[in-house]
Amino acid sequence: MSETETKELPAAEQQDERRLNMIEAINDALDVSMGRDDDVVVMGEDVGYFGGVFRCTAGLQEKYGKTRVFDTPINECGIIAVAVGMGAYGLRPVPEIQFADYIYPGLDQLISEAARLRYRSAGEYIAPLTVRSPFGGGIFGGQTHSQSPEAIFTHVSGLKTVIPATPYDAKGLLISCIEDNDPVIFFEPKRIYNGPFSGYYDKPVQPWKKFDASVVPEGYYKIPLGKARQVTEGEQLTILAYGTMVHVVEAVCREKGVEADILDLRTLVPLDIETIEASVERTGRCLIVHEATRTSGFGAELSALVTERCFYHLEAPVERVTGFDTPYPHSLEWAYFPGPIRIGEAIDKILKD
Amino acid sequence: MADRPEGSAAQGDNRPKLSLHVPEPKFRPGDTVDFSHIEVPAAGSAPRPDEACDPAEMRDLAFGLVRVLGDDDKAHGPWDPKLDPDTLRKMLGHMAMTRAFDERMFRGQRQGKTSFYMKCTGEEATSVSASMALAGDDMVFPSYRQQGILIQRGYPLIEMINQIYSNKGDKLKGRQLPIMYSSREHSFFTISGNLATQTPQAVGWAMASAMKGDSRIAATWVGEGSTAEGDFHSACTFATVYNAPVILNVINNQWAISSFSGFAGAERTTFAARALGYGLAGLRVDGNDALACYAAERWAANRARANAGPTLIEFFTYRAEGHSTSDDPSGYRSAQERSEWPLGDPVMRLKNHLIAIGEWDEERQEKMDLEAAEHVKKVTKEAEANGILGHGLHHPFRTMFEDVFEELPWHLREQADQAVHERETKFPEGLPEA
Repeated sequence: MSETETKELPAAEQQDERRLNMIEAINDALDVSMGRDDDVVVMGEDVGYFGGVFRCTAGLQEKYGKTRVFDTPINECGIIAVAVGMGAYGLRPVPEIQFADYIYPGLDQLISEAARLRYRSAGEYIAPLTVRSPFGGGIFGGQTHSQSPEAIFTHVSGLKTVIPATPYDAKGLLISCIEDNDPVIFFEPKRIYNGPFSGYYDKPVQPWKKFDASVVPEGYYKIPLGKARQVTEGEQLTILAYGTMVHVVEAVCREKGVEADILDLRTLVPLDIETIEASVERTGRCLIVHEATRTSGFGAELSALVTERCFYHLEAPVERVTGFDTPYPHSLEWAYFPGPIRIGEAIDKILKD
Repeated sequence: MADRPEGSAAQGDNRPKLSLHVPEPKFRPGDTVDFSHIEVPAAGSAPRPDEACDPAEMRDLAFGLVRVLGDDDKAHGPWDPKLDPDTLRKMLGHMAMTRAFDERMFRGQRQGKTSFYMKCTGEEATSVSASMALAGDDMVFPSYRQQGILIQRGYPLIEMINQIYSNKGDKLKGRQLPIMYSSREHSFFTISGNLATQTPQAVGWAMASAMKGDSRIAATWVGEGSTAEGDFHSACTFATVYNAPVILNVINNQWAISSFSGFAGAERTTFAARALGYGLAGLRVDGNDALACYAAERWAANRARANAGPTLIEFFTYRAEGHSTSDDPSGYRSAQERSEWPLGDPVMRLKNHLIAIGEWDEERQEKMDLEAAEHVKKVTKEAEANGILGHGLHHPFRTMFEDVFEELPWHLREQADQAVHERETKFPEGLPEA
């Protein structure tokens, strides 16, 4: 992994070797954004004095004061709604929802309000908010600390959905989200907050600092939304993934000696369709991997797009490896998680066809 | 059961058996209406506490009714805002214009010029008078029944009608259902079809104003039915937690479409009393008394502006007409209710007050009503030149895809091309002349 992670980072390599895990990178992005723009405010449950249950906002209240970084009542509808109101005033709120599993009370405000504000007011009012929320499983989080609800948001016109897979990306993408004038859902794969995860849950996790993607430049930089990241290059097949699964598929391919064109999508809406098309047209085979449940998951959209746009280049049916269509179980987590066996078999099937 | 003393009845063995209470309004179609159960305190009897007072001192006000205009049409008591006659005439004029506008637009819907309309008949004071008590740049987050605010703030009627007709002059490009106005220039927030969502948004706007050390406050309007939404609880909680400079106006017009206010909890308490549990200042006001509406809103605005905190105001009024052009109230309530309503009509009461103080007369009223109707008629004609719904005069197809995001992403660009292609296929000779 270290070898491929290096390719991404020519700019970073030229700078000092400051290495951060994803939590520190997110914290750094918030710090940089708040330092640059007085209108950026951070709010959510436990984000203020305490610095967040995952430490993503640690130290920010002390540095920027209580009117820019503050704790909120336990009320996700209220958190999103007041952020919408603040956006209408002219601020750039960055609300946090403690777990993506708890974003649902705020859905009406996100779907009916934040996503529609610009459209229904013909641009008079906008909702330039970035909703940060830890998501994904693999941490024995059970039913309500493991979900991957991205497909709910990608289905909403007017919302952007962004998911980083490395500390370097997390900072650059988050700064872009905060500066973007559209509402963005920024899902943070909490399984890889501290280090990339291979999917081999019985092996110890290596901390981010051992990987080049943890080299995070100081200060301001952005990664554009809507651009995928080429993780590895290969001719055998294209693998589309995001978040934690990027690292799992990379480990599986390395293990199996498969040379895959792995694309970390980074932004689901707007999607980098050009990069996807170019890759599938070259490889002729496509595997889609996500942790979220299968039916009507984002993989279905990806599969349809690839089939519609690359049909005559395909040499095998597009495959999806996903979580099962059940609530996320606690004790059977690793039976549920789309791990190396499920991914490996799907790769074998695609390559055999 | 182990926790039961020997010899006593089994726990859970209660008599009579449990029964579910389902609220029922007092009067249904055909019933004789008797509103004598509604307590109407004398005008001037409610005390006016200091604007910075502790909400706990206002308990009685949340259960009472602030009234200024008495049966003698004179202003009474400490809540009399003592407005000069010119201001009162202006207030009356805005209310008359709102009513004339409603009449015309309702008729326009019946004539098929648009798909939908909602009147605010009987509730004009709760928007016009309340709005007059705010600064023009205080941000308002209305529901769909506060057209009086736009009229009071001088929003051009033609813009309202263009929006209602979804024509080529419509600033919102035909995207929104009629009456879902938006005017940033008039500090009027974009109206949403989703009920009560605007209430916590208003709190957020007010918090932002406070965070920035601004002097502007926010005010939001919501119907009593929508106070049952979770968003309203969010609004009250955030407002009180952050002491936000916001006014939460609850328009209790007794009806949420066909459901009477009992389904929002009115059988047990007042809506103003909700404030007490949150530690908000709570006022309950005669919503058909234009002076009381003005005075209460001004009190709350002064309180918010002084950093003394948010206020919840219940305007006790009556929805005199159907819920919307899609509604027929004769299917669920007695037709007598409107005439029997003990708080009368807000326009008539203000008119009678002006006459009682020698500043107005029936002749001038008639002239004003006529002029308002003529003006609306004239502007309607102007707006109709921009098109009416379904007559082809609308914004170009491509605009349907704009403003979803700040910039058009590839998938919307492709879909926009498709829509244009479909138009060209339908009209190969070019689009029909408007």
